[in-house]
Amino acid sequence: MTMPEAAPSTTPGWSAGFGRRGLTYVLPFAVLAVLWQVASQFFPPFLFPSLVDVFKRCFDILTHWSQLSDVLATVGRILAGLAGAFIVGVVLAVVMVRSRAVHDFLSPILTLFQGIPALSWVVFAIIWFHGIEPRIFFIMVMTTLPAFTFQVLGALQAMSRDLMEMVMSFRPTRAKLFRVMIIPAILPDILTAWRVNLGNASRVVVVAELVGATGGVGYELLQQQQMFDMAGALAWTLQLVFFVLIAQAVLSFIEGIAFRYRATSERSL
Amino acid sequence: MTTASPIISLNQVSKSFGKSGAASAYVAVDRLDLAVGKGQLLALLGKTGCGKSTIFNMIAGLTEPTSGNVTVDGRNPFKEFDSFRGKIAIVFQGDRLLPWRTAVQNVELGLEMLDVPAAKRRETALRWLGTLGLRGHEDDYPHALSGGMRQRVSIARAFATDADILLCDEPFSALDEMTGRTLRAEFVRLVRETHKTAVFITHSINEALEIGDRIVVLKRPANIAIDLPLTASTPAAEKEAIRHQIQSALAA
Repeated sequence: MTMPEAAPSTTPGWSAGFGRRGLTYVLPFAVLAVLWQVASQFFPPFLFPSLVDVFKRCFDILTHWSQLSDVLATVGRILAGLAGAFIVGVVLAVVMVRSRAVHDFLSPILTLFQGIPALSWVVFAIIWFHGIEPRIFFIMVMTTLPAFTFQVLGALQAMSRDLMEMVMSFRPTRAKLFRVMIIPAILPDILTAWRVNLGNASRVVVVAELVGATGGVGYELLQQQQMFDMAGALAWTLQLVFFVLIAQAVLSFIEGIAFRYRATSERSL
Repeated sequence: MTTASPIISLNQVSKSFGKSGAASAYVAVDRLDLAVGKGQLLALLGKTGCGKSTIFNMIAGLTEPTSGNVTVDGRNPFKEFDSFRGKIAIVFQGDRLLPWRTAVQNVELGLEMLDVPAAKRRETALRWLGTLGLRGHEDDYPHALSGGMRQRVSIARAFATDADILLCDEPFSALDEMTGRTLRAEFVRLVRETHKTAVFITHSINEALEIGDRIVVLKRPANIAIDLPLTASTPAAEKEAIRHQIQSALAA
């Protein structure tokens, strides 16, 4: 008796899987765009402008330096604010994890800061600072600092005691301890903190620019509101959305490289 | 039992946890005197929770005794912590490999602390992985290795620094009998070949008899119940007698 020849494998290849994932990602946006376009046929442009108009405005923004510089100014403010908050947050978290007294002193203050609305920081910044950029930087730092601090603190506290003890048994210098153990151990939480704070910062920066700035996406949004220009408002909003998407993709790319050591399970949650 | 030139010495060492003198204070080690000679392979045997790991941590300089003196090579391993860099290596109960490092990078860890140049580091790490039968797995991350392979990597990591003293805290207890036995035999061979002083903590009588050239049985809180010399030429009948002696001491 001869065994029948095995049928050729019909397992979908890499490209099929990639295509399916791409479709899953794009589909919700496509449905939303179609619904909007249909609505634009029945409502006046100041309520639901055609997507063609919106994309034309987007193109204008990206191809005219006078407008693109506003987008870049906002991106710069977001990144500067996040970097400032991250650096201060890491320093505070390290000090808090090393000293119980500092932890008990700073923890309620940071919790208090978390409860202050972004708009209140805007008002405080206008009263306390003269220049536009220091105001926006202050607002960005104060609104994202508590989250960064608590996330880094949590990561430091959650580090494996066993691994720490193992590394300590080799008697590392402080710099080497940070390089071989602490930074790799807390990196996943740091990237998550950046992901979360990136979204928060891109919302807060608009509020900050609405009130105090003479340029940037927030300032431009205020102009569109005064002209009742919905296509313009959407186009400027999309610039921030694009930025967040690009920044998240960069973070995903970094995660892909930094966390290639992780085991993957065939079953997921 | 006294040792002519002890490299590790514990003199009236006690360690308690919790507020000293309070009713809630837990005494883990009680006025322990112990000396380990250079090149000796000491098996420290005791029931779970008898303070074996506390003794281990004090010798490693990770914990300070509440009273008494611990000296390694004539110095205090807790107070002069950094001066023991490269002098003491530890094999832990679990493999404790850094998950973000490959096998070879994990073995290189101790050498990095000693500022060994990268090329020399890699060469040494690869040699030890080869010695322990892990050729071909150098670039695997820990999650891709079996329990036995991971423990081999951790043994390679300890040997790679060429420390004079090896401390082992039940390193094979989580492995299956066959793998544990093979690794144990390899471990003893390597310790003998490299002339290291080793303190091997275990709760298995068989393991202690297989490994040690001296067995110290601890009572609770940690203090010496019996201290027995052993040699490779100790006859089987005598070993059986020693086994019964240990069993009686542990049951007491």
